[in-house]
Amino acid sequence: MTRLTTSLDPRSEAFQASAAAMAELVADLRAKTAKVAEGGGAVARKRHLSRGKMLPRERVEALLDPGSPFLELSPLAAHGMYGNEVPSAGIITGIGRVAGRECVIVCNDATVKGGTYFPITVKKHLRAQEIAAQNRLPCIYLVDSGGANLPNQDEVFPDRDHFGRIFYNQANLSADGIAQIAVVMGSCTAGGAYVPAMSDESIIVKGQGTIFLAGPPLVKAATGEIVSAEDLGGADVHSRTSGVTDHYAENDAHALGLARRIAGSLNRVKQPQLDLRPPLPPRYDPAELHGIIPVDRRKPFEVREVIARIVDDSAFDEFKRLYGTTLVTGFAHIHGMPVGIVANNGILFSESSLKGAHFIELCASRKIPLVFLQNITGFMVGRKYEAGGIAKDGAKLVTAVATAAVPKFTVIIGGSFGAGNYGMCGRAYAPRLLWMWPNARISVMGGEQAASVLATVRRDGLEARGETWPAEEEEAFKRPIRAQYETQGHPYYASARLWDDGIIDPADTRRVLALGLSAALNAPIETTRFGVFRM
Amino acid sequence: MFSTLLIANRGEIACRVIATARRMGIRTVAVYSDADAQSRHVALADAAFHIGAAPASASYLNGAAILAVARRAGAQAVHPGYGFLSENAAFADACAATGLVFVGPPPSAIRAMGGKSEAKALMAQAGVPLVPGYHGAVQDADVLASEAAAIGFPVLIKASAGGGGKGMRVVTAAAEFPAALAAAQREARASFGDDRVLIERYLQRPRHIEIQIFADTHGNVVHLFERDCSIQRRHQKVLEEAPAPGMTPALRAEMGGAAVAAARAVGYAGAGTVEFIVEDGRFYFMEMNTRLQVEHPVTEMITGLDLVEWQLRVAAGEALPWRQDGLALRGHAIEARLYAEDPARDFLPSIGTLTHLRAPDGVRIDTGVRAGDAITPHYDPMIAKLIVHGADRAEAVRRLSVALAGYEVAGVQSNLRLLRAIAAHPDFAAGQFDTGFIARHPDVLAALPAPPLPALAAAAVALLPPYAPLAADPWDAGDAWRMNLDGWHSVVLQGSEGRMVLRASREGAQVTLLRDGQPHTVILRGAALEVDGVLHNVTVLREFGRITVIADGETYVWDSPDPLAPPDTAAAGADRVLSPIPGRIAAVLVSAGDAVARGQALVVLEAMKMELTLSAAVPGIVAAVRCAVGDMVDEGRELVEMAADTAAEQGPAA
Repeated sequence: MTRLTTSLDPRSEAFQASAAAMAELVADLRAKTAKVAEGGGAVARKRHLSRGKMLPRERVEALLDPGSPFLELSPLAAHGMYGNEVPSAGIITGIGRVAGRECVIVCNDATVKGGTYFPITVKKHLRAQEIAAQNRLPCIYLVDSGGANLPNQDEVFPDRDHFGRIFYNQANLSADGIAQIAVVMGSCTAGGAYVPAMSDESIIVKGQGTIFLAGPPLVKAATGEIVSAEDLGGADVHSRTSGVTDHYAENDAHALGLARRIAGSLNRVKQPQLDLRPPLPPRYDPAELHGIIPVDRRKPFEVREVIARIVDDSAFDEFKRLYGTTLVTGFAHIHGMPVGIVANNGILFSESSLKGAHFIELCASRKIPLVFLQNITGFMVGRKYEAGGIAKDGAKLVTAVATAAVPKFTVIIGGSFGAGNYGMCGRAYAPRLLWMWPNARISVMGGEQAASVLATVRRDGLEARGETWPAEEEEAFKRPIRAQYETQGHPYYASARLWDDGIIDPADTRRVLALGLSAALNAPIETTRFGVFRM
Repeated sequence: MFSTLLIANRGEIACRVIATARRMGIRTVAVYSDADAQSRHVALADAAFHIGAAPASASYLNGAAILAVARRAGAQAVHPGYGFLSENAAFADACAATGLVFVGPPPSAIRAMGGKSEAKALMAQAGVPLVPGYHGAVQDADVLASEAAAIGFPVLIKASAGGGGKGMRVVTAAAEFPAALAAAQREARASFGDDRVLIERYLQRPRHIEIQIFADTHGNVVHLFERDCSIQRRHQKVLEEAPAPGMTPALRAEMGGAAVAAARAVGYAGAGTVEFIVEDGRFYFMEMNTRLQVEHPVTEMITGLDLVEWQLRVAAGEALPWRQDGLALRGHAIEARLYAEDPARDFLPSIGTLTHLRAPDGVRIDTGVRAGDAITPHYDPMIAKLIVHGADRAEAVRRLSVALAGYEVAGVQSNLRLLRAIAAHPDFAAGQFDTGFIARHPDVLAALPAPPLPALAAAAVALLPPYAPLAADPWDAGDAWRMNLDGWHSVVLQGSEGRMVLRASREGAQVTLLRDGQPHTVILRGAALEVDGVLHNVTVLREFGRITVIADGETYVWDSPDPLAPPDTAAAGADRVLSPIPGRIAAVLVSAGDAVARGQALVVLEAMKMELTLSAAVPGIVAAVRCAVGDMVDEGRELVEMAADTAAEQGPAA
């Protein structure tokens, strides 16, 4: 294979400036993540602990194989939403190793609003199930939730992708042979009662777990019957009488031990269909990824410098190196697993779109997973390009991306604007996992362009009525538009709304891709049937 | 000289005898029981013969079997070592009857010294001093009082028929005597139905000093100076040294003379030891051991002689070449007895496999075991004797401390900490001690201090999952990676002091360990561990769920429990009575269906000549007895199953 070379100089002023800027972004990201990892705050944690319960993150850690990584999903979900009072949307989700196999873990955080489901909580839960379905990963639900958040019921209950979808998914995942395991470690009220009830196997913790369709207050209101939560739906009731749960745990730790035992007995073996190699570290330090992105986001950068710090041995066999050069395509290995890389190195032209479509066909044909490194302002515009059929060439790329059945992974390393987002496997194109770097921006177009477009439309209208528009008024008009785009295009805004699966430290890019790729190998790689390519 | 020697013993002394015999060109024949087939002494000997089952009565005390082996093996002599048959006159007779040389004194001498009171009478005749006392038949109170005054206070009143401290009184002044006598007599009558008493001088700070004597069959008797064996626990010697601290040439000559006189009085030959109690410069005969002593090496170190060699030479009829005035002692020697026992549990033998054993360099180690060998319940649980020599006592004590710090024992509990604590004690260094030293300094039995950072770090590093950033599967990285958070490992250690959870993170060879919230940098450097820039030699041993860390001379043992195991209600409860050590069931005191009270004895377990009574922890009903008298049981074996008697537990109804 061809080894990439570097022209990056870590001693250069540009590198130092970039690295300093990125270090600041990463430090802020880590600080925010550390904050949300505390859950619902000191008082709620103390109350939780005083009941003899393990904290949610302790539960997840105890469930995982000792020392194994945890690929957490969207830890900054609901960031800045709901009065910023629902850290991580009150639910921890991720892919982790349990008893030697990758599982999707969904863990309610009862220290956050009693573990109730806000709209983003539902979205995060469903996203975890989607990942489980795509990668055929068993699901372990650590349930400790008051159910739907009642004040937000209109955004939580009725629609297709709302609360009910959780149980629909459980049924269909189970039908698909993907194990559903519930550990009832706290409340499972109303709809929540269906999480254990819909599971293949369920565990309940003595004195902690309760399952009922209606809690004691509702029972009293409905029938006048006065009953304690424990007598209504505690571990003894469900393990001895109702049969809603299968295993009776003495405490949280015991319950997690039982869950590990179940996960270890699923009789599934990962059978990778890839030509694996012994992993090699990149020749160039992944930490240097901090120094690549120019401080001025409008300045271009060489995407091969990024690839060289992600792939094994920095070895990259390029495809069509001399053609359509604004898109870089080629084969490499990430932690021993073969991948096809599609990376932006400028605006998409017809040639680069065709090259991309061709390369995706190769990968689909060879069943090689795809990695998209997205830094795209869009497709080239203008009369010449429209006339040259950039729309149909772009459509070929979008068709290829949309229909390629190999596992796809997307990392937004810079801009993600307009149709470029589609051609480069944006969220709508169902990559198995999608991450953003902290410097990334995502919106239908750049803030400046949007402001200009809207200003042009307005000026045209004013001028048509014979009015004039002073420059300072135009600037005042554009400023809030730019501000809105800057806010809404920011990774925190995106991650809060689950437009991604998490914001990552660029230095962790290789790690998350490797973990995601390896997890994806739990599902067979399907044969692709492409749609009609407009020729 | 003999060409073939049978060694009727096992363990370190058998190995010790083999070493000298080999040097002298004598072929050695070992004997072994079922338990010892792969023992060190068997491996060292030129030939080895099986003599019977593990219990000593069936093997090492089975004189007939041993003599049969001696004949088959063509041995001309039998060395009995110490213990077992070494002071058995009948065995010595049988050797002679079989035409074998018994390497020891004539049977008559063994017999003469075998009976305690007869030996004392003999010694009195020979002019050897005895503890002043009155053993007369006249029991009139006035007579007893005047005898006590003649002996000199303090005195000890003992029941003549007594034992176990019953009917015993210490009297410090004449005025207290009548009342104490009356009380002792009352107690003696109540306990033994016999109110006769005897009176002896009460020695408050006695020292145990013994004289090594050597005699040949040509009428030569010399002494090889003294040994001080005052550091004892439960009447077993712990540390022995020569010469005795504070010994004067005059007292040495006097005691040596008395010992030689004692030996002459019984027509002694070979190596023997005359034991005295010494207080305030006065010495009293206690007993004579007609054999080689465990602690003979300290005499060898200060005399440069090989006592086993001279035992063999004397037994072969050679004459001793030394004259008393030609013998000189050189420097100072100390022996420490390393035992597999638990000082914290009243010196209960610690049975098990020596999973790890490393002796320090540069000192004499007499041992019968190697790493991997077992300490069994059948025999003495000695691991080794460590013997140091120095130009003077101070140097010997320093060498002792350093050598003990370098000893590593794992798999069984040992008395290493006790030995180290004594060696480090200022009173020991000053030579200020007597037989009550350990009782008076309970600090030498102090529990293990809280584990220092290097020990914790070594355990944490050993228990971390394999660090494999380039494992074939990235999920096997073993670095507890977390998304935008620090990844911490939890290491759970279960020790006698409770459960500890250590937090550690790892990057490459470097581990960060959190202790009290403070990060410490730990790097494994080959076999050593660098903690915050200081290199520590640590030994880490892992077996099953257990980890042993030996750091800076201290041994820490932890279990690494499954943190997700259910609470063990069975172990927490008292519904199962388990054998705490391996042993033999000596008595079963209950049967199924019996109602028992809290503390009621259930089973008596016999291990290492000690009886251990297992009692009910709670009141209840015996559900089942799972052992019978005579059973050999392993540690942890369920002996009695209890069904809780809830009514009894709650006590009388309110």
